[in-house]
Amino acid sequence: MRLTSTFALIAAGFAAFAVAPGGAAAQSVIKIDGSSTVFPISEAVAEEFQIARRGKVRVTVGISGTGGGFKKFCRGETDISDASRPISTSEMEACAKAGIEYIELPVAYDALTVAVNPKNTWVDSITVAELKKMWEPAAQGKVTTWKQVNPKWPAQPLKLFGPGADSGTFDYFTEATVGKSKSSRGDFTASEDDNVLVQGVESDVNALAYFGYAYYAPNASKMKALRVVNSKGQAVGPSPQGVLDGSYEPLSRPIFIYVSKASAQRPEVKEFVEFYLQKGAPLVEEVKYVPLAKLAYDKALANFRAGKVGTAFGGHNEVGLTVEELLAREARF
Amino acid sequence: MATVAQDPALQAIRAGVGRRKLFDAIFVIIGLLVMIAALAVLCVLFLDLVVQGAPRLNWDFLTSYASRKAENAGILAAWVGTSLIMVVTACVAMPVGVAAAVYLEEYAPKNWFTAIIEINVTNLAGVPSIIYGLLALGLFVYKFNLGQSIAAAGLTLALLILPIVIVATREAVRAVPRAIREAAYALGATRWEVTAHHVLPYSMGGVLTGMIIGLSRAIGETAPIITIGALSFIAFLPSPPVTAEFPFLSFAWLKDAFTAMPIQMFNWVSRPDPAFRVNAAAAGATLLGMTLLMNGIAIWLRFRFRKRINW
Repeated sequence: MRLTSTFALIAAGFAAFAVAPGGAAAQSVIKIDGSSTVFPISEAVAEEFQIARRGKVRVTVGISGTGGGFKKFCRGETDISDASRPISTSEMEACAKAGIEYIELPVAYDALTVAVNPKNTWVDSITVAELKKMWEPAAQGKVTTWKQVNPKWPAQPLKLFGPGADSGTFDYFTEATVGKSKSSRGDFTASEDDNVLVQGVESDVNALAYFGYAYYAPNASKMKALRVVNSKGQAVGPSPQGVLDGSYEPLSRPIFIYVSKASAQRPEVKEFVEFYLQKGAPLVEEVKYVPLAKLAYDKALANFRAGKVGTAFGGHNEVGLTVEELLAREARF
Repeated sequence: MATVAQDPALQAIRAGVGRRKLFDAIFVIIGLLVMIAALAVLCVLFLDLVVQGAPRLNWDFLTSYASRKAENAGILAAWVGTSLIMVVTACVAMPVGVAAAVYLEEYAPKNWFTAIIEINVTNLAGVPSIIYGLLALGLFVYKFNLGQSIAAAGLTLALLILPIVIVATREAVRAVPRAIREAAYALGATRWEVTAHHVLPYSMGGVLTGMIIGLSRAIGETAPIITIGALSFIAFLPSPPVTAEFPFLSFAWLKDAFTAMPIQMFNWVSRPDPAFRVNAAAAGATLLGMTLLMNGIAIWLRFRFRKRINW
């Protein structure tokens, strides 16, 4: 009967799948996964690289978060991992256990931006100590008005918005302000979607939020970015200039790609990473991040070509480190 | 006659009838309002998406890959991915779901074991989709080694809609009159012949309704697809299903990496550049269009099956 033949056809289809050779035209695929912060850069480079190679090499980019990306990377499922913070101790162990060696390459800077509503008249610049007072775990349920942070500010409610705890941005901000990674009050509006934070600041005059510069730049007219007082006592606003000359600290941070050493032996992966470091700078700018200095890209390229494996951080985030310093460091593995 | 009209008992009855007819009319109005409200919400949503996405709704949008530039970005990889996943889902959920339902209705003995199965099938329909995603990640992606592929995604969504298909099919099978079965048995048909020649063809309309509901749910699912590792940027298509050399059909695409429409939309909505929100709206309108098209095909098939029923 017709019905029987339908079943037979489906069964035959699955049988054919079972014996089908894995990808008849075995084209090489470069697999990238990891941080959503680094994603726009990797996506832009992947797009341009595939155009340049006329589709001969395929590149895929996923978003699993920095932590999720490293999990796949250390299982050997991906060739390159996007990371908005350095690899952690437990991730180093996981990679070591699986025998995955990696090359750590900074690809751009991000400037964490602290923003308030444009109608907020009382604050233009903020110190790290004030940020700490707002965000430290001890502030939970206690620091609820602006006046409690600084007596010169009005006794208006303080509405805080920040990224969720899985984000590398959260890790870095807490490290830079509170002094300990992931140490933050819990009673703020957290969202993995940075646009929610942007909307929070746009709609509430009492709001304060932090997020990556890429989310501030296109919305600059709808919010006010605070100048942050650096260690030299100067109040500096977030800008590519301030990041490059090192004056916007401690809230600027390098972001990375980690390349598996085994994958780097493949000519197309090697070519892709070299493309990333040589042609990446204008693309970084285009997606609203701050490119490294030319010398830093050259040094990173030299490290990559020399196959310098390991991390310069030893499993900990560090605040206020310049890319030049970290590239010169002896990497540990 | 005047006395009859003034009869108080009759007047009371007439008043009662009038009141009950009024309730009847009120219910019709409420029902109509509720239906209009539900449809209006859908229409407003759809129109909103179309109006917002109008600047990007063109042929280029359907035929280009994602890009960092909002005005160049398209949904080619996403709609092809979603379509292929739906093909796998339908090809798996339909035979398995129909077979399970037919077994439960026509073959299974009525005992405590089938009772447990029945309760569980109904319960499974209420399990959150992320749970299916986690199960699929462990089972399909790692155990069966399918990787982050179209096959894994299709199988996951097939699992997700299986309870819906089973429940709908059972209802349809149950609706086939007992007399049809008995007539076939009386002519010496075996149980398989009764099922394959009579019960299933007659219940095909109900089965397709179940598939429509199931696939409409599956096409918009994001959580399980993200869990098993859909990609966000992919600028190439899966291997073609038709090849130039023998045997002309290739199933290599089942093993390929993919992205899907809901993922692409989610990615665009969460990007900093507001221009991408236009793209997300356009993709949303396209996704709704795809759902309508899919349902249209199923409804047409159902119509054809119904025409052939001649009791």
